[in-house]
Amino acid sequence: MLTLTCPCCGVIAEETEFAPGGEAHLKRFGPGSSDDEFEGYLFARKNPKGVHFERWRHAYGCGKWFLAARDTNTLEVFATYKAQTTEPPADVIAKIKAKRPDWEGYK
Amino acid sequence: MSEAVSALSGQTHEGFVTVSEAGLVGMISIRSDLEAKGLAKALKAERLPVPGPRRIETANGRSIAWMSPDELLLICAHDEAPALTDRLAKALAGDHALVVNVSDARAMFTIRGDKADQVVMKLSPADIATLPEGEIRRSRTAQVAAAFWRSGESEISLISFRSVAGYVMGLLEVSAREGSDLF
Ligand SMILES: [Zn+2]
Repeated sequence: MLTLTCPCCGVIAEETEFAPGGEAHLKRFGPGSSDDEFEGYLFARKNPKGVHFERWRHAYGCGKWFLAARDTNTLEVFATYKAQTTEPPADVIAKIKAKRPDWEGYK
Repeated sequence: MSEAVSALSGQTHEGFVTVSEAGLVGMISIRSDLEAKGLAKALKAERLPVPGPRRIETANGRSIAWMSPDELLLICAHDEAPALTDRLAKALAGDHALVVNVSDARAMFTIRGDKADQVVMKLSPADIATLPEGEIRRSRTAQVAAAFWRSGESEISLISFRSVAGYVMGLLEVSAREGSDLF
């Protein structure tokens, strides 16, 4: 079971209270971008076995979006943090590196 | 003026605890920056506090609950809600805030008895056993959204959308059936 702590309301809840929103920290390519960039923005997603950054919404709770860093393999959650973050915060990266020394890093 | 009727007109079921629809209840949704001075002032004029995160405060026959980082729910008498909504809306007119009377969009239920917790435990993934007094928990009961809190000695109050009140009453009635208590 996946248990997440919502950083917006502080509730610790299991997966079914949340709605998944796919990969986090995507860069939007809109008007003026190349076809390849736009295609990548729409369709190209990481699908790692291991460390991953995701968007989640506390759908049955406070209703807010937030981001989570977790291991897709073990369901270990390294951190949850504000949605208003364009890339993983340094403390989250440090936490993951401490637990997964072999992790290739973000990007 | 038409006659106001609650979702299930106070329907009650007796099991190992008593579950009932609470009848007419006033509910006012307030959306605002909860740190805003204007909000605190508007609520203070009604002798109400701004509750902290996840808290529900009861004062002067009304309750006010923290629903999200920018939303409060004020629970009051049903007939008081329209005027109270107007007063708050007027007080917050200059702020980036929204006050709406949602009384007729919601239903409220009361679960009364020593094992009231267990009725909700069977329906919700929330950790009911550790739910502190004075905290409102938004979660789900089976397939629909619900919010609940300890509203008294051996009593839990639960709010759902009115459109699913019949479904929620069904859940509560089955969950509270005699002989189905957990421990
Ligand atoms: Zn939340």
